[in-house]
Amino acid sequence: MRTSDDANKPQLHILSVLVENRAGVLTRVAGLFARRGFNIHSLAVAPTEDERFSRISMVVDVQSAPLDQMIKQLDKLINVIEIDELAPHEAVSRELLVTTVSAPPDVRSQVIELVQIFEGRILNVGQESILISLDGSPDKLDDFERLLRPYGIEAMQRTGRVALPRLHQRPSLQVVDDVS
Amino acid sequence: MSTTGKPTNGGSALIKALENEGVDTIFGLPGGAILPVYDPIIDSPIRHILVRHEQGAGHMAEGYAHATGRPGVAMVTSGPGATNVVTPLCDAYMDSVPLVMITGQVPYGAIGTDAFQECDITGITLPVTKHNFLITEAQDIPQVIHEAFHIATTGRPGPVLVDIPKDIVDPQNPRSAMEWYEPGPVDLPGYRPLTHGNPELIRAAAELILRAERPVIYAGGGILKARAAEALKELAELTRIHVVTTLMARGSFPDDHELCLGMPGMHGNYTAVTSMQEADLLIALGSRFDDRVTGKVPDFAPHAKVIHVDIDAAELGKVRIPEVGIAGDCRLVIEELIRALRELGAPGELPDRRAWDSTISGWQEKYPLTYQMSEPGELLKPQYVLETLRDSTPDDCIVASGVGQHQMWTSQYWKFNHPYTFVNSGGLGTMGFSVPAAIGAKVGRPDRMVWAIDGDGCFQMTAQELVTAASERIPVKVAILNNAYLGMVRQWQEMFYEERYSEVYLSPDLPDYKMWAEAMGCVGMRVESPDEVQPAIDKANSIDDRPVVIDFRTDAREMVYPMVAAGHSNSDIVVGPSEGDGGH
Repeated sequence: MRTSDDANKPQLHILSVLVENRAGVLTRVAGLFARRGFNIHSLAVAPTEDERFSRISMVVDVQSAPLDQMIKQLDKLINVIEIDELAPHEAVSRELLVTTVSAPPDVRSQVIELVQIFEGRILNVGQESILISLDGSPDKLDDFERLLRPYGIEAMQRTGRVALPRLHQRPSLQVVDDVS
Repeated sequence: MSTTGKPTNGGSALIKALENEGVDTIFGLPGGAILPVYDPIIDSPIRHILVRHEQGAGHMAEGYAHATGRPGVAMVTSGPGATNVVTPLCDAYMDSVPLVMITGQVPYGAIGTDAFQECDITGITLPVTKHNFLITEAQDIPQVIHEAFHIATTGRPGPVLVDIPKDIVDPQNPRSAMEWYEPGPVDLPGYRPLTHGNPELIRAAAELILRAERPVIYAGGGILKARAAEALKELAELTRIHVVTTLMARGSFPDDHELCLGMPGMHGNYTAVTSMQEADLLIALGSRFDDRVTGKVPDFAPHAKVIHVDIDAAELGKVRIPEVGIAGDCRLVIEELIRALRELGAPGELPDRRAWDSTISGWQEKYPLTYQMSEPGELLKPQYVLETLRDSTPDDCIVASGVGQHQMWTSQYWKFNHPYTFVNSGGLGTMGFSVPAAIGAKVGRPDRMVWAIDGDGCFQMTAQELVTAASERIPVKVAILNNAYLGMVRQWQEMFYEERYSEVYLSPDLPDYKMWAEAMGCVGMRVESPDEVQPAIDKANSIDDRPVVIDFRTDAREMVYPMVAAGHSNSDIVVGPSEGDGGH
């Protein structure tokens, strides 16, 4: 049962969108979402193993519009080849976080301990701060971020989520490109 | 003789590619960036029609496409030439009109430098085209033009813009050098237009139809786009189900057919609107539940199950969740539906719907369209002008209207008995559409009589294209229903703003429409009394060597009824002025 509080929270789904690797395709996708009032929560895009195509991993908020409309409208873009919807529990998704955290000598060991617990990496150490990277599920990154905050986050960048379907379950890939 | 491999340049290849697509007419206006393409036009069999404003070229191409079903083609230069066609592109996008728009662009190397007449037209037109292309290499021209026509004309039709930098079409520039080739099959892995409907869904639809006691067919513009008028007629006659035809579908089912209920929606007739409200099944064919049809969506056809057929899967469930949604070509799906119905025993197995039929004919008797004839000395009633014009023109006359009161009266009072006889701007509601659209329709169908029915406000927006028509000998006829007002806005101010008329008065005499028409090389007439209406129309119909404009002086107090106020339920339809102010 959803409480009214939950109803206002974004409901996130992951769309894995295979597109032609051409100039302006990301603009077409982003423009479509903007003009139809669909919300994008995060976005990651890069070429695939086949250089003719790119894959856009987008986390969308289905509170803003029905997922079905998002998929069908996306499918109308000529440069969009295939859209897979990955249900959150059927996908393996990863995000990368890099951050500079204030870590003067008296607390540095505590910060380093946190990094070790989360299996992050220290990329750079300065007099008063350290630069850390961590990849993992978005939840894990959220937890890490929350625990680091008291030390003072000086700068942080998170990538959008990238995702592929889980392998060991029954095929859970919902191919929605044939929307009849 | 094959010319494959023959050296050529991008400009000549572009014209040859258009010839290859069967283009017989280009509407356009040259300028700096597109100049090199205008040279090979001189030697091409393609007719080029020189417009006076690029917007006119776009609407002419639309009118041509509406009337013929073939894609309209327009060509303009970069910068302002390109921005001037944004309105027609958006109009064509909203009404699914197949259009190929060629725009010149500054040389490829100058893109991004704010060069003279540079404009990011592919960026600007992303939201108003089905697709657009910026060609960067001369060698790509034949293939991209072929793909542009393929995209514009298949699936849900729409406008496609092709932006072409000057250097790749200019023979003086080495970047224009290329070898001609015949375009190969289209290579668009992300574009697979749907055709046939899902057989299980078609069977489910047929079963719903066979059980329905109060069904109505809600025919939309998709019927015309899919060339499905014959199939629709067969379906309606097989099942004996009444048909409403939306503004975009007028003529797709004959108005003189006993099953035709005419136009639904905000200014639809009582029977069309109310039959949908009371229906237990709506069979939506190529229609998109536009707000001007549905009124307040939650109150629209509240008792009806919905079968929705559309070639654009995104339309299914966009506004109203259908019980059966079928993505596919309207003509093919209707034909498949007819087969399924016959297999299930139609017409023998149809339920007894006599009660529903008599309810409908009761509404038709009780609530016909009416207006009061003018008293002597009063200005003309626009409805009277339209009825006289309708009765004085051939049954297959093509009518192009602008947007506003005159458009609604045209749709209400004309009898559209043939498909492709009503050309108008439905989705975008583009004032100024009718004159250029009528010109384009006449170019596409020179065998037909073409009348533009316009308002005085609309006429002033694009009238200069009558110069184009006069000089190109395109004998369109224009009826201006001149009430000296932006009439529809006036109507809303009268009904919803306590008769506070703000910026809607235009004057009947400024400009002098008769003199203006004559100055543009047309025959001009002015008609002020009912007894002059018929002779003026007869005279206009007898002229076939130049355009004719008749300035009909009409009564500004006349309002369009019935009316469902914006945002209200269709059940709150107001039939006429005696029923109150309509604002509730």
